[in-house]
Amino acid sequence: MLAFLVRRLLTLALTAWLATLVVFAVLEAIPGDPALVMLGTSAQPEAVAALRAQMGLDRPWPVRYAGWVGGMLHGDFGTSLTYARPVAGLVADRLAITLPLAGLALVLSAGIAIPLGLFAAGRQGRAGDWAVMAFGQMGIAVPGFWFAILLILLFSVRLGWFSAGGFPGWEAGAGPALKALLLPAVALALPEAAILARITRTAALDTLREEYVRTAVAKGLPRRVVLRRHVLPNALIPVATILGLQFSFLVAGAVVVENVFTLPGLGRLLYQAIGQHDLIVVQSVVVLLAVTVVAVNALVDIACAAIDPRPRVMA
Amino acid sequence: MPNRQRRTALAITMGAVLGLAGALVAGPVLAQTAPRTDLVVGMRLEPPHLDPTAGAAAAIDEVTYANLYEPLTRIDAEGKVVPGLAEKWEVSADGLTYTFHLRKGAKFHDGSDADSADVTFSLDRARGAESVNAQKGYFAAIAGVEAPDARTVVVTLSRPDGLFLFHMASGDAAIVAPESAGANKQTPVGTGPFKFERWVAGDRVVLVRNPDYDGPKPALERVTFRFISDPAAQVAALKAGDIDSFPQFDTYEALPQFRDDGAFTVMVGTTEGETILGTNNARKPFDDVRVRRAMAHAIDRKTLIDGVLFGNGAAIGSHFPPHRAGYVDLTGLYPYDPDKAKALLAEAGLPDGFETTLRLPPPIYARRSGELIAAMLAEVGIRVKIEPMEWAPWLEQVFKGKDYDLTLIAHTEPLDIDIYGRPDYYFNYRSERFNAVGAELDRTQDPAKRNALYGEQQRILAEDAVNGFLFMLPSATVQKSAVQGMWVNRPIQANDVTGVRWK
Repeated sequence: MLAFLVRRLLTLALTAWLATLVVFAVLEAIPGDPALVMLGTSAQPEAVAALRAQMGLDRPWPVRYAGWVGGMLHGDFGTSLTYARPVAGLVADRLAITLPLAGLALVLSAGIAIPLGLFAAGRQGRAGDWAVMAFGQMGIAVPGFWFAILLILLFSVRLGWFSAGGFPGWEAGAGPALKALLLPAVALALPEAAILARITRTAALDTLREEYVRTAVAKGLPRRVVLRRHVLPNALIPVATILGLQFSFLVAGAVVVENVFTLPGLGRLLYQAIGQHDLIVVQSVVVLLAVTVVAVNALVDIACAAIDPRPRVMA
Repeated sequence: MPNRQRRTALAITMGAVLGLAGALVAGPVLAQTAPRTDLVVGMRLEPPHLDPTAGAAAAIDEVTYANLYEPLTRIDAEGKVVPGLAEKWEVSADGLTYTFHLRKGAKFHDGSDADSADVTFSLDRARGAESVNAQKGYFAAIAGVEAPDARTVVVTLSRPDGLFLFHMASGDAAIVAPESAGANKQTPVGTGPFKFERWVAGDRVVLVRNPDYDGPKPALERVTFRFISDPAAQVAALKAGDIDSFPQFDTYEALPQFRDDGAFTVMVGTTEGETILGTNNARKPFDDVRVRRAMAHAIDRKTLIDGVLFGNGAAIGSHFPPHRAGYVDLTGLYPYDPDKAKALLAEAGLPDGFETTLRLPPPIYARRSGELIAAMLAEVGIRVKIEPMEWAPWLEQVFKGKDYDLTLIAHTEPLDIDIYGRPDYYFNYRSERFNAVGAELDRTQDPAKRNALYGEQQRILAEDAVNGFLFMLPSATVQKSAVQGMWVNRPIQANDVTGVRWK
């Protein structure tokens, strides 16, 4: 188990380093002068030059790359060019929205999908099963942003129950803040739930075919008890793996949903930073996201290995 | 009955989710009797920071201009220069000395007096070697700033500058204090009738009424600027009642639905945004005036305005807004005439037309105009390849690098016809005639003479067909019908809410 852990952590570090290289190289290749973006079409050339020097953009790229990576190792993510604020603080502000949003979405999605999947597996081939499968198909086919717009049209424009977007800030109180997150979380959760419900159903059906389940049924245990006690725990392994994988989908989905709902989360920060050519923010956020996704997947692997030792032994 | 139980469990789960939603939704419903004293203003872009003296982003001025900061002079809703922090001023006969008299009770939001030392500091900071003021050129003519007493500032110029008072009314010339200037990007301190309260990054900036303001008190106690960039989200936010007033609303296709809705008022006014088909005058075949004139004849502005702006917006024939004194109507100089265009191309030795590229920046007006213009030019044999670009590469390659054939952009700075006199500007246009008139403009203070000179500059640009002169960007404001006092026109990029009230 220890060798497995070390191997996973080494892979993690290597991935993070590769991510910094790729991100830096890509952004270096994209044309665009951040100083010019800040000063606009009427700027005088000397003002642009002064700003470039102030931002350190006149230094050669190896110096800037080394400075960036070295800074990150010390927890210094640099200063945003557009917002003139430390990136770490900016990211922390935005995580305070994106993390609760993703968390809420994850809970909603698992809370909807696992019962639905078990329910469908329990009545394979019948109307209930068919309905869950249809829901799953629809959730996979419907683009997330379109679904988000539908939610806004119904709950904000038509019914007036929610704001059409925006975030009042946590300092406005937990109630208003959570209220602002609820619709986006639903928009984020439902497509995930659709996929997850289908996977839960399949995993449960696979488990239902196992000998020990047949034995349990033959013993005369009620179906409900069999599902809960024997099927669910074993079906949860593939479900947990998918939940981990879905984390990266959640992050990608958050970029879209945050933009539709104008939620100032990390995804929106990234989107705006790209538009404003705020390279240091783009670099740091992308690396942070890459590391998080890889780390979450590593955690899931480790968790699965702990539950079921076979892959650990084989690896 | 296991099936029913399972169904019940499911119903309870769903019910709990909906109940949570309901609990969060149910807030106190307040009956509105007295007129509201708060206002939520929608904006497309978030300002990067809140210091107008250190950035060109229009969004900075849209939040802070006249509300939070005051320059010496300021621009009013009609585009005229009126008193700002200076209540009056005198100009010497030779146009080289400006004496400003400051308001007596003016104070910064931190309680310190706003006096001549602050003005001296602000002007010297803007024109200094270390300055990152985006409009440093506005201060280039200043030779010296003196403060004979706490309420008087004397500015001497090295050369006459006919636009000096106009430029001193810009956000870039906002008066700031030495002790707070460094922190203004995050915690702005000005002398205006509103002061900064908080900034929820990515979402909103909140200003509150400054109780110690020495001038007329605004009717609003609190103003929130909310930033919504997505067109569909803008429409939804207005319809959901989240936004009270959305100036510079550029989703023109949504205007009819707001016009038809009694709860909203739609105002369409003017801006300073001359939209042009930017043409690289140094590149073949655009270095031939006949080719540029051919393109001018090939563009049907009426169709363009209908297609892009849904009919809202005025055609232009040169680089000057029709609402401004000194405007000369040159829209008839190149009437839409594809045959004439083909004849001119043949005369220029291009009877079969030519191939070229059109690099388009992101704004929706640019993308849509570009498509239409490409189709119009194709009619006369000019085969246009469209290249959509993001802002940063556009600025780098087209604007700074001058690496382009054609582009399409609105120039939104007020009274910016002087850009045609800049030797290294991206049009690559050079005209001794134009520059001679420009030099005379700088020496001239008399408004009537200035207007005549502006007219002459417009004619030169139109005759040379420097760029394709298309239309003025309109300024549409969509707001709740009870909101009064928002600017209809946009003589500068500002959301001055000092005169706004609820009916």
